[in-house]
Amino acid sequence: MKKTSNHPQKRRLPLWMTRVTFVAGGLIVLLMIIVSLFPAVFAPYDPLEVAPAARFIAPCVEHPFGTDFYGRDILSRVVYGARIDLLIGVLGTAIPLVVGSILGLLAGYYGGLLDSLLMRVNDVMMAFPFTILVIIIMTILGQGMQNIFIALWLVGWMSYARLVRSEVLVMKNAEFVQSAVVAGFTNARILFRHVLPNVISSAVVFAASDIVMCMITGASMSFLGLGIQPPSPEWGAILNEGRGYISTAWWITFFPGLTMALTGVGFSLLGDGLSDFLRTKGR
Amino acid sequence: MNQLNYIFKRLLQMIPVLFLVTVLTFLMLRLIPGDPARLLLGDKAQEVAIEALREKMGLNEPLITQYWIYLKGLLLLDLGTSLKYQMPVSELILQRLPITVILTLASTALACLFSFPIGYMAGRYKDRLPDQIVRTVALISIAMPTFWVALLLMLLFGVVLGLLPVGGWGMTFGEHVKSLLLPAFTQSLMTSALVIRNLRNSVVDISRMDYVDFARSKGITEGHVKRRHVLRNAMIPTVTLVAMRMAHMLGGSVIIETVFSLPGIGRLMIEAINGRDYSVIQSLVFVFAAMVLVVNLLTDLLYSFLDPRVTFD
Repeated sequence: MKKTSNHPQKRRLPLWMTRVTFVAGGLIVLLMIIVSLFPAVFAPYDPLEVAPAARFIAPCVEHPFGTDFYGRDILSRVVYGARIDLLIGVLGTAIPLVVGSILGLLAGYYGGLLDSLLMRVNDVMMAFPFTILVIIIMTILGQGMQNIFIALWLVGWMSYARLVRSEVLVMKNAEFVQSAVVAGFTNARILFRHVLPNVISSAVVFAASDIVMCMITGASMSFLGLGIQPPSPEWGAILNEGRGYISTAWWITFFPGLTMALTGVGFSLLGDGLSDFLRTKGR
Repeated sequence: MNQLNYIFKRLLQMIPVLFLVTVLTFLMLRLIPGDPARLLLGDKAQEVAIEALREKMGLNEPLITQYWIYLKGLLLLDLGTSLKYQMPVSELILQRLPITVILTLASTALACLFSFPIGYMAGRYKDRLPDQIVRTVALISIAMPTFWVALLLMLLFGVVLGLLPVGGWGMTFGEHVKSLLLPAFTQSLMTSALVIRNLRNSVVDISRMDYVDFARSKGITEGHVKRRHVLRNAMIPTVTLVAMRMAHMLGGSVIIETVFSLPGIGRLMIEAINGRDYSVIQSLVFVFAAMVLVVNLLTDLLYSFLDPRVTFD
């Protein structure tokens, strides 16, 4: 039996590991943000430029990621795609994080009609597989970037509402909240000054992994032909175009997917580090 | 008797959700711009046929009557005719459904097979080498898009090594199994990673509990402590997660079946969307929801078996 087994507050990872993973994740994400802000600096060619003479060139010095059916440079397409995919991940998460957290906060604190309404909506939404829900909305709204956002927003907020609500239910009876009530503070002050700071960390940690989920879902929609349409250099759309040539030109599918996986690892590491940090800091 | 009572109450509780699901699938067609009858019959349909369907669907009647007609059709398995396949939608779905069900079950089984021992081991060897390796691999697995993994595995095992088919369902049982290996493995990958992380953390948390120390101090053998006290308690949140992932994987079949050309309802969904085959889309959405409800019900039952403290309130 290990000596430490009676210390529930012990960190999950040694401190230096936490820092290394956090920094590594941060660097990957930072790199992706810089690339997406200044694509012209990193892309050797125009992502849409068609060059019939340069079709299906395997990765080489001039084209590190190779070229596709139209002779377009894959590296340039991946670089320009970073902006679209990162935006889908971040914006697809940010709005649900804010809206869902506020709704969960209000429902958990006040209970009543809002709470039962929220839980019924939750029941119905939980009855549909996540991907199917997004697909239904995309079918109703039609293709396009804007509609991907709307679909992700409509589907995403519930997770945050549920998460924050359950934390508020516990926190509501905590001594410091009760004493704030007794002290006669306004509900708004109690909610946003006392309850919110204590319940938001789990929602923020979830958001870090949700960015990856949103990014992959957005790309899946384009991959299925329901989201962003060619020739836009979105990663999922590039993969979809490369699918038919997988046995002859593997690089068209390999590199965009690898970039997406790397970005995902970056955000996951950042989220893990954040979660460890908040866990040690909070207790 | 108590268990039966529980099942009965859970079934009753499903009714309002099922009702709302039917309302949603009904409204879906009305939310798409255009005349529902024209949507269902396609652009090439004749005016007479559209008018007849309008009459059948009661499109000139109030919404409530239209919903009632829809519900009656659902109960009688009269889901309309597929535009693309020119056959009854119910027949089409029943033909395709088994493949998706088998794929989801196989993916779930594979995920459990991998993740239970690995997750448990990572928890036992917390912060040591096995744990670090497992955590890293799990982290990377979660970040990889399924359709990309699918294409890479297809390239490796199908094209380069030529060991497995690159797609399709085959004719014989042996071919079915071979066709299922890659899709099920791909589909199980992310679930395995999530379950491993979850189980690991549960094992770590539960191993620190006083009742585990107490069980040991009673002189119970280490194996017994691990099985009855640590593993069984760690399984409770894990089972919930596996069920949630099963529902998720039902939806994921849309992507996996498209990549591997498996003729299940996931691929049917995409074919229907591309062919604007709206009666198929509408019915499939309902079928997906119904399957999730069944999964959730079974999970609740398993849950009450694992944790006798759970009662219906």
